[in-house]
Amino acid sequence: MDRAFFEQLAMPLFDQLYNHACWLTGDRADAEDLVQETYAKALKGFASFAEGTNLRAWMFRILRNAFLNSRSGLKQKTDYLEDEETGADEAVAHEVTPEALFLASESQEAIFSALERLPVAHREIILLCDVDEMSYREIAQVLDVPAGTVMSRLARARTNLRAALGAKEAVR
Amino acid sequence: MTACSQDRNALAAYLDGELPATQEKSMQEHLRGCPECAAEVAAQVSLRRAMKPAAARFAPSADFRRKLQAQIAPKRSVGVRWLWPAAVATLAVMLLAVVWTRQSTLRGQAFREVADLHISDLASANPYDVVSSDRHTVKPWFQGKIPFAFNVPEFAGSEFTLLGGRLVYLHQQPAAQLMVGAGRHKISVLMAQESSGLGTGLPFFGGVAVRDSFNVETWEKNGLRFYVIGDAEQGAIHRLAQALQGVNGS
Repeated sequence: MDRAFFEQLAMPLFDQLYNHACWLTGDRADAEDLVQETYAKALKGFASFAEGTNLRAWMFRILRNAFLNSRSGLKQKTDYLEDEETGADEAVAHEVTPEALFLASESQEAIFSALERLPVAHREIILLCDVDEMSYREIAQVLDVPAGTVMSRLARARTNLRAALGAKEAVR
Repeated sequence: MTACSQDRNALAAYLDGELPATQEKSMQEHLRGCPECAAEVAAQVSLRRAMKPAAARFAPSADFRRKLQAQIAPKRSVGVRWLWPAAVATLAVMLLAVVWTRQSTLRGQAFREVADLHISDLASANPYDVVSSDRHTVKPWFQGKIPFAFNVPEFAGSEFTLLGGRLVYLHQQPAAQLMVGAGRHKISVLMAQESSGLGTGLPFFGGVAVRDSFNVETWEKNGLRFYVIGDAEQGAIHRLAQALQGVNGS
């Protein structure tokens, strides 16, 4: 229960957690509440946190649970339920060629807006993997799911993103 | 669309570095021979690179950072950060008070002794060991009686008259006391070696001070401590002090 030690370990994650919270909630005030709640809970539970385990994954998990229980999280909770069934637009995604993907990746705006339009479960896992560069193992800790689920959800999320980017490309 | 049977998700897992070592090897071989998959990998790599700025899209405000830091900062250390200067200040004040009290006690003692000598002289029916208005008589009289020498200013033509002198003890040290008349007032001039322990009891720092309705001026010069004390007006005390400083200077 050493606050100074906690501060030393947890503060470097501050920017990352805040950015992630913004992506989840889409609102800065909500994100601030989430991050604050996350740190308060992490500080409380720090005594039970075993040294040597992954603090980042642990704190992201606290943030995620706080989000799911928050107002903005409850609104999007249906996304999680739907996730398992959403077959995404496999067909559309398949039609998005590597060339089209190439083109799409040149517009950051297009990518950000495609990410924003993804169901929160998909946005979340793509951010954890591609942006926060977590391993599947870490992601499994954050989401509290088996590693196999990480792989399948990540695949669905990417197909979905690809379809979204392709759709954007088609609109042009 | 893709003629190649290679699973796109396997490519993604390969890029994530999550393929088992054995599969990774065969994937590398496959990519070398399959332009379609190579193009797919290139496209995925470029998409990932394009996604990196999402990591820094939202930066917390400095305000929020401070707020959060304050929330988790060790409470004790916050207290200590505040307490330290306060504790140090308190200690310093206490120390100063002790030193000042001690100093003023010493000053008080030094002054009282000087005042006592002056008063006893006033009260004495036989106040002088050497009675003379001639400084050339008074000064030599002290030779061999005190372990130091001093000069007596020429009072002729001034408001002061030399009445006489006597040997006294100040802090168990021999000292010279001169009585000087100023009108109807008597002023004592006391001279002793600074090493006599009066140094710590430095009563006053220049100028005339008023103690117990006596006017006192004291200074140190060349190892001698001088006191000029009397009930004469402050200006007279000061002028006498200046006259003494004039002949016992540098």
